Amino acid sequence: MAYEPRTSVTEGVGEWFSSRIGGILVPIAATLLAFLIGGLVVLITGNNPITAYKAIFAGTGLNWFFPWVTGETREAAANDLQQTLILMAPLILTALAVAFAFRCGLFNIGGQGQYWVGFSATLYVGTHMGGLPRPLHVFLAIVAGILAGAVWGGIAGLLKATVGAHEVITTIMLNWIAIFGGTYLYEIGGPLQGPQESIPRSDQVFESAELWPIWGSLPSLHAGIFIALFALVVYAVILNRTTLGFEVRAVGFSPEAARYSGISVAKNYFLAMAIAGAFAGLAGSVDLLGFKFSVDVGDYGTNFIAFTGIAVALLGRTRAVGILFAALLFAALEVGTSTRQLDPEVFEPALAVDLATMIQALVIFFVGAELLIVYIWRARMLLRRGPAAQPEATP
Amino acid sequence: MAEAPLLELSGITKRFPGVVANDHVDFDLIKGEVHALLGENGAGKSTLMNILYGLYHPDDGEIRLRGERVRMDSPRAAIDAGIGMVHQHFMLIPVMTVAENIVLGVEPHSGPFLDLDAANEKVSDISRQFGLAVRPDARIDSISVGMQQRVEILKALYRGAEILILDEPTAVLTPQEAEELFTIIRSLQAEGKSIIFISHKLGEVLAIADRITVLRRGKAIETLPRAGATEEGLARLMVGREVLLRVDKKPAEPGEPLLTVEDLRVREERGLECVRGISFEVRAGEIVGIAGVDGNGQTELVEAITGLRRPESGRIVVRGRDLTDEGARECLEAGLGHIPEDRQRRGLVLDFSLAENIALHDFREEPDSKWGWLFPKRLVARAKRLLTEFDVRGGGPQTPAAALSGGNQQKVVVAREVSRDPSVLVAAQPTRGLDVGAIEFVHRRLVAEQDEGRGILLVSFELDEILSLSDRILVLYEGRIVAEYGRDVSEEELGIAMTGGRADEAA
Repeated sequence: MAYEPRTSVTEGVGEWFSSRIGGILVPIAATLLAFLIGGLVVLITGNNPITAYKAIFAGTGLNWFFPWVTGETREAAANDLQQTLILMAPLILTALAVAFAFRCGLFNIGGQGQYWVGFSATLYVGTHMGGLPRPLHVFLAIVAGILAGAVWGGIAGLLKATVGAHEVITTIMLNWIAIFGGTYLYEIGGPLQGPQESIPRSDQVFESAELWPIWGSLPSLHAGIFIALFALVVYAVILNRTTLGFEVRAVGFSPEAARYSGISVAKNYFLAMAIAGAFAGLAGSVDLLGFKFSVDVGDYGTNFIAFTGIAVALLGRTRAVGILFAALLFAALEVGTSTRQLDPEVFEPALAVDLATMIQALVIFFVGAELLIVYIWRARMLLRRGPAAQPEATP
Repeated sequence: MAEAPLLELSGITKRFPGVVANDHVDFDLIKGEVHALLGENGAGKSTLMNILYGLYHPDDGEIRLRGERVRMDSPRAAIDAGIGMVHQHFMLIPVMTVAENIVLGVEPHSGPFLDLDAANEKVSDISRQFGLAVRPDARIDSISVGMQQRVEILKALYRGAEILILDEPTAVLTPQEAEELFTIIRSLQAEGKSIIFISHKLGEVLAIADRITVLRRGKAIETLPRAGATEEGLARLMVGREVLLRVDKKPAEPGEPLLTVEDLRVREERGLECVRGISFEVRAGEIVGIAGVDGNGQTELVEAITGLRRPESGRIVVRGRDLTDEGARECLEAGLGHIPEDRQRRGLVLDFSLAENIALHDFREEPDSKWGWLFPKRLVARAKRLLTEFDVRGGGPQTPAAALSGGNQQKVVVAREVSRDPSVLVAAQPTRGLDVGAIEFVHRRLVAEQDEGRGILLVSFELDEILSLSDRILVLYEGRIVAEYGRDVSEEELGIAMTGGRADEAA
C-alpha cells in the first residue's frame, strides 16, 4: 500500500548501501576475508601463511610501534616504516581525487593522468627558477602541480558539464594523453630531456625545491605525508563545512533535486572534477619533490599509483578517516611484500608481490561484492515472496 | 448475514522486523459481495491480501475457503483455489497483445504450437460474458491504463477466479475510467463473483462496497455494512481521531496579481508542444486549481513556471519580475515556492538529513552560511524548530529523509517551502500517495497560506482536492485551458471538461 511499492530488485539497494557508507564493518570484513583467502593461496604454494604474514608485517615497519622491538630490528623497522609512509602520501592524495568526484556522482578514473600532469608542472617549476628561497620554490612548484592537475580534471568535468561526455571515457583518454605527452617531453631528443643525451630522463629539480626530509635516509620520509594528512582535513572540511561541498553532495545524491533547488549541476560537475584533479596533481608534486626529483620515461609504464588510489578510495568508503586507514593498509602491503623486505626462506619475494596485488584485488572485490550480496539477497526475497515483499513503512 | 462465508481469514498475524503488519486480523467474504478493505497507507491492507494470495506466509492464523482450511503456499495455490489478484502496478508484458498476456502461462495449444486463434476466441468469450470490452489483438503498450486494468481482470477470470482482489484499483484511473470500473465490478458481482476491494478513498468505498472492513495499524478495527456508514465515520475509524474531510475555507478576497502567465508555450523532451498558449493569473489570497487528467501538460507547465524548463514563448511574471528565461534559483529568489510533484526524486535529497533538506534553497545565504562557509549547527537549529512546528514525525534534524514515511516527507517539503515566505506557492500533486491524516494537514496548511495572502497555484489530478480547495478552477486539456469555473462547479461538469468534452454536449 506504500505509495510506490518497491517492485524492482535494485531499488532500496542504494539506500541500504548509502546508509552503511559510514559503516566500517564491511571494509573490515572484506579485508579480513581477503587476507584469509590470500593465506589459503600461500598454503597452496607450500608455505606457512602465518609465518609469511608475520614476515610481511615485519616488512611494513609497523612493528616499529611495538615498544619491545629493539636494537637492529628496530632500526630496520624504522627504515621500512619510512617507506610505508612515503608511499602512503600519494595513495591518500590520489584516493581523494577519486573520492571527491565520487561524492558528486562522478567516477574519476583519470587520477593517473592528473598525477602525471601535476608531476610535470611541478618538475618544470622545480627545474627552473633556481635561486629562489626554499619555502617559496617548494610552494610555487606545488601550486603548479595542483593547478595542472585541476586543469586536467577540469577538462573532463567541462566535457561532462557541456556536452555530457561520460567522465570515465574522457578521463581514460586524458590519462593516455598525459602519459604519451610526458614520454614525448623527456624521451631522447625530447624538448625537456635532461643533460645526459643517451638517457631518456628529465633534469633533476633544484635542491631548493625539494621537500624537507624529516626521518631516516634511504630515502628519507619527507614532509609529503603531512601535506597528504592536511589534504584529508581539507577534503572533509570542503565537503561538510562549505556551501561548495553542500552543492557537490546534493548533486552527487540527486541531480534532479539539486537542480530544483537552483544548484547548477553542470558547474558542480566541473568544479568537482577540477578539485579532484587538484588532489591527484598534488600527489604528483609530492612524489617528485619528496623522493623522485626527476622522471625517467620508463616510469610512465610502471607507475600506476592512482589506480591503487581508486581502490583506496573505495575501501575507505570515500570518507577521510576511511581513506587514511585504507591508504595505510595498501601502502603497508606493498612495502611489506616488496623484494627488499622479505626473506626468501619464508616466502618467495616474487610471489609475495603477487600476493599483495591479489589481496588488494580481493579487498576491492569484496567491498564491491557487498552490493552484489545485497542484490542477490533481495532478489531471493522477491522471488520467494513476490513483488510486494517490502514491509510497509508505518507513518 | 446468515449465509456461511465463502472465505474466512481468522486471527491472521504477520510480523516484519520492527512492525506487526497484521495483528490477529479477522476478515470474511460472502459469495457475491463486494467487501472493501479500507485503511491508511501502512495499515496492513496489502499485507493481508498478499497473505491470502500466497505471497506471504502468516506467522499465525488460518484461512478457510468454503469452510475448509487451506494453505496458500504460493500464488499458484491461490489461483488454483479460484483467487485472482489485480495488483496496483500491472504485471503485463507491454510488447505482447491483450490475448497473449491473458493466456500467458496457460496457453491453449494444438500440439506443440500456440493456438492464437483459440486464445483470441476464448478471450472474446469471457470479455463478452462480463461486459469487459477489449480488443484481443491490441498490443498492451498501445492501450490506455484503464484498458490494461481490464486485461488484468480478464487474466484473473480466465484462470477461473471466483474471488477477485483489486488492490487500489482506482489509483491509476481517471474519474470516468473509475466509473466504468465500478460498472464492471457490478456486472462481475451479478455473475456471482466475490470481490475484495482495497482502498484508502472513502468516497469510492461507499459507492461500491456492500460491507467495509477498516484496518488501522495492522488491526481490523470494525466491519460494517455500507448502509449507515458515512465518510466522517469511516475516516475516524481509519485515522483513530476526528478528521476534517472538507477544509473550512473563507471566501477568497483576491488582491493584486502575484503570478501572471501569458500565452505560454512549452515543449517536452521529444519536441512536442505540450503547453499550447496558456494565460492566467494568480492573485494574492486565492487558490487557483488546475484540473486535468495526467499527461495534459501539467508537469511541463509547472516546470516552466518554476524555472526548471525553458518555455518556447510567452511570459511568466512574478510580482512584476519577468522570470520567463530565468532558472530555478532566480525563481526561488523572486519569491516562488514550489512543492514538486515528485517529492522523492525532486523535492528531497533522500540521502541528506532533514536539516540539510530544509536548507536546500537557503544554504547559500546567511544565516546558513557566510562567504561559502556553512554553519551546520544553525541548519540543525532551524530544522528542529520547523520539524516541531510542522509536526514531522519519525526522525530529527539528523535523520536521512529516506527514513521518513511519505506523509512526513511531504511535511518536510511543505515546511521548507512555506517557511521561506514565498509570495506565490506552486503546489503540484501535493497529496499524491498520502493518507487521510497527512492530506488533511497539507490541505489545512495550503488554506492557511492563502489566508496569509499568498497566491497559490494548485495542480492536481484529484477532483476532490481541486473542488474543496480552489477559488477558481482552470481545466487543462491537451495543453490548453479549455474551461474555467468558480467554486460552485459540479464534479460531473468538471469531469467532462477534463476529457475534452463540454457540459452542454454531454447533456
